[in-house]
Parts: sequence; C-alpha cells; structure tokens
Amino acid sequence: MNKEDYFSPILFVRPSFCYAMRALADTGHQGRHPPITMTRDAVSDNLIEIHDLDYSFGARKIYKGLNLTIRRGLVTAFMGPSGTGKTTLLRLITRQLVPDRGVILVNGVDIATLSLTELYRMRQRFGMLFQNGALLTDISVFENVAFPLREHTRLTNRLIRHVVLTKLHAVGLRGAADMMPAQLSGGMARRVALARAMVMDPDFLIYDEPFVGLDPISMGVIVRLVRRMNDALGISSIIVSHDVQEISTVADCSYLISDGKVAASGSPDELNKASSELVRQFMHGMADGPVAFHYNAPDYEEQLLGRDVE
Amino acid sequence: MTAVLRDIYFTVFQFVRTFGALQLFFLRLLMYSPGILVKRFGLVVGQVYNAGALSLVIIMICGFFVGGVLGLQGFSNLAKFNAEDSVGAVAALALVKELGPVITALLFAGRAGTALASEIGLMRATDQLSAMEMMAINPIKRVVVPRFLGGVIAMPLLAAIFSAIGLLGAHVVGVLLLGVDVGSFWQQMQQSVELADIQEGIIKSIVFGFAASLLAVWEGYNAIPTAEGVGRATTRTVVITAIVVLIFDFMITAVAL
Repeated sequence: MNKEDYFSPILFVRPSFCYAMRALADTGHQGRHPPITMTRDAVSDNLIEIHDLDYSFGARKIYKGLNLTIRRGLVTAFMGPSGTGKTTLLRLITRQLVPDRGVILVNGVDIATLSLTELYRMRQRFGMLFQNGALLTDISVFENVAFPLREHTRLTNRLIRHVVLTKLHAVGLRGAADMMPAQLSGGMARRVALARAMVMDPDFLIYDEPFVGLDPISMGVIVRLVRRMNDALGISSIIVSHDVQEISTVADCSYLISDGKVAASGSPDELNKASSELVRQFMHGMADGPVAFHYNAPDYEEQLLGRDVE
Repeated sequence: MTAVLRDIYFTVFQFVRTFGALQLFFLRLLMYSPGILVKRFGLVVGQVYNAGALSLVIIMICGFFVGGVLGLQGFSNLAKFNAEDSVGAVAALALVKELGPVITALLFAGRAGTALASEIGLMRATDQLSAMEMMAINPIKRVVVPRFLGGVIAMPLLAAIFSAIGLLGAHVVGVLLLGVDVGSFWQQMQQSVELADIQEGIIKSIVFGFAASLLAVWEGYNAIPTAEGVGRATTRTVVITAIVVLIFDFMITAVAL
C-alpha cells in the first residue's frame, strides 16, 4: 500500500459492519444498549452550545460566564495559554466534570439532566483522545483498540480483527498490534489511542493535545487524518492544542480562551490577522504582551538578594 | 480553643462523610456484583487468580511457620502439665478460629490489597478510568467489581489453606521434631475442634475478605491521581485493613462466645 492509500476513502467510509451494527441496534439485537434515537436538535447546526458557564477548581476560578458554540461538521480548535482550562473544558463538555453554573447543550440536550445510562449512551457517539493516550496497560495494542468493540458489540472475532487492523493501519501502527503499551513511545501511544477513539466510528471526536510528542512525519499524517476523517465521515471534531501552525492547517474555527472567557474566535486566518494584542501575542508566540510569561512572583532582585536569604 | 474545636468538628465531619460515601460505594459494588458474576465471570476468575493464586506462596510459607511456632510454644508450655499430647488441639483451635483468618487477612492486605489499590490508583492517575468512562464503559463494573469479587472469593480459600498448612507445620514440629505421639496429636485435635469452631473461622474469613477487598478498591478508586497519592492510598489500605480486621475479629469472637 503506498502513502496515498493512508487517505483512501475506504478507510474512512463507515465499514459495512457498522451499518450492520446499527441495523442490529435498531432491531434490539446489537447489545446491551437501546438503539440511539436522533432528536430534532440532532439535525440542527449547533452540536454543542455553552451558556454562562462558571467552573472553579478549589478557590481558583477557571471559567467565568463562558459562552461558545460548536457547529456540526467542522473541526473546531480550542487554543489558549497554559493553565487556561482547555482540557477542563473538554471534561465539562463530556460531563466528566460538572460546572458550578451554566448550561451545556449537546445535540440540544442539557447534559446535566442525563441519567448515567443516557450519558453513557451519548458517550458511545463520542471518541476522545486523551493527552497521555490513557491506554489500558495490561492489554496489548490490538486489544486496546478492540476494547470498545468487545464491550459494546457482539461482533465476531474475525470482524473485530478486520476493523482493528484497519484503524491501526490508518495511524500507521498495524505492525505494532501485538506490542504492549509499555513498549510504545509517547507518540506511538497517542496514535494507538487515536485508533481506539475512532474504532466505534463516533459522530464526534475530541482530541486533547493530539500533536504533542509526534515526529514531523507522524504529525503530518495525523493532521491530515484528522481533517480527512472529519470530512469523509461527516463527523465533528474538537481539538485542544498549543500548536498554532498545525491548528491553522486543520481547523475550520478556532476559539482562543484566556482568563476564563473566549478572548477571540474565528477561522485561523481571521485570528492571524486579528488586531487584538492578546491574539497577536498568542498566534505569533511573542514573549511580551497581555499574557505574562512569568507566573505571579515576588520581585526577582528582592527574592535573590533580599535580607531573608539564608 | 475555637480553632481546636473547629478542627475537631471538621475531622468528625470528614470522617462521617467518608464513611457514608464508603457505604454507598459498597452498596454499588453489591448491586453490580450479581450481573458481573453472571455476565463477566471470566473477569472475576482472572482476579481470583491475581488476588488468590499469586498470594499462595506467601500464605503457605507463613502458615507453615506460624503452625511451627504454635507447635513449639504449645509443646513447651503443655509439657509443664504433662499435656504435650494436646499440642495438636491447641494449634488447630488457634489456627482455625483466630490465626488462620486474621493473619491471612493481614497478609492479604499486604500482598493483594496493596496490589489492588495501587493498580486502580494508577489507572486513575493515568486517565485509564476516565478513558473507560469516555468509551461509555462503567469503570466500577469493568474494573472495580471484578477485583472486589476476586478478593472476596479468594480470601476464605486462602484462610483455609493457611490453616491447613499451619496444621502441617505444627505436625512437623510437634510430632516429627519434638516426638509427640502422632495418634494423640490428631486424636486430640479431632476431639477438641468442633464444627462451630470451623464455622467461626469461615465467617471471620468471609467478613475479612469483604472488608479487605472493599477497603483496597475504595482506596485505589479514590486515590489522588499522583505518584504520592497512589503511594498514600496503598499505605492506607494496609493500615486501615489491619485495624478494621482486628476490630471485626474482636466483635465476631465476642458474639461467637
């Protein structure tokens, strides 16, 4: 298979087994969960709406009245200085965390009102790539990718093998199927986690720092993979990343988050041309600007040469 | 003075809150257990192997030497009354009613309990539990309940093996080394140990199995997701299990007498 075949539509068009799975789900034979029903809101333009969100971690306010909308079918990026709460926002959207105040609507449904069963049913339509991969360390790469299929479907081993190898091939790690997670580098682990995130063919993929630790070749492949998957499968994607250059090539819409609010939003081009000092500082990686490089600290000279120095 | 009272208040409040949360956690485990036993029995068997089979060596070695010590101590003290033939009965009663379940539970906490707590704690620290939640897989059902059930099943079996090997140790020391008559050794044991004594030991080992397994998975599941947090959870598992086991031992003995 040559390089271009990585992006062959056959890898991204939902395999026929998925139609079979969904058909079985509709007839009540697929597994433990009732069939997924599409609500009226599921066909609206907005996949996620966040209104007046407050969230604190201890005494520290992470979000203060955050409002934003994520549109269906787009690759949306969250950017912002370190510690601004981008990963926290992903955890709020997926209800791994509960906000202090405000509403998060996913497909028009307030996720705070979902029961645990409903929440898990909704999460079956999500795929999430964690910052550190979060692979299960006691099973092989193959079994990690097969894990959601084994838990949620009754597919035959042969079919599972076919699907898992297809997904591993898409991230370039079919040859690592028998390795254990401890034998993988950080970048490889993240690619395996990406294969696992997409193995159920989700409607909505969330990537938390997908480009960290990847070599340039892998990064290029993954960037194109994110874009192609989004377009070919008609899914929606959210990416949290600091990598302005890579985000610019893949995102349709970016949110720059700072000080608990959306500081700027728009296409990467719009953000690049923005006149706001904060946006310019972040997009161009300047040391001076509204966002201080140094965390709050006492005077440097006083701290080094002051009287209380032992 | 006010600060001291406030500290006491918060300590008591925190204890009550944690104790309540532990009970709710225990109820969830019990609620999920039948389903896991029926549908995911393979997972439970794997955990019985991890908690039980992998603890066998330490249980058997310790059981043998505890039995040997009972043989030595029993012989030297009973010999003062010319009753050294009763060493088998003394060793059997001590092992079956007390030492078997208690020492097994303490060893179980040290070997299997710490493994459970650190494994689950590390899964928490490395986002593996969060990843499962995001895959719409309930980590309590998939990870915690099988480990809890594995411990609950393994603990009474380990206690029985500990007692049996302990009797062997007492036999080796009492009969083979110190020359107690083999017929008297086993006959006295048969006459002294009643079914109620064995039942008491079984009840204790089951209760200790529930307590040790619950505390291990609880500490692991609620560990602070850092290296230090997992270390603390592991240490707490051993300390709290030891205290709880000895308190339960006293209570069950008091009821059984």
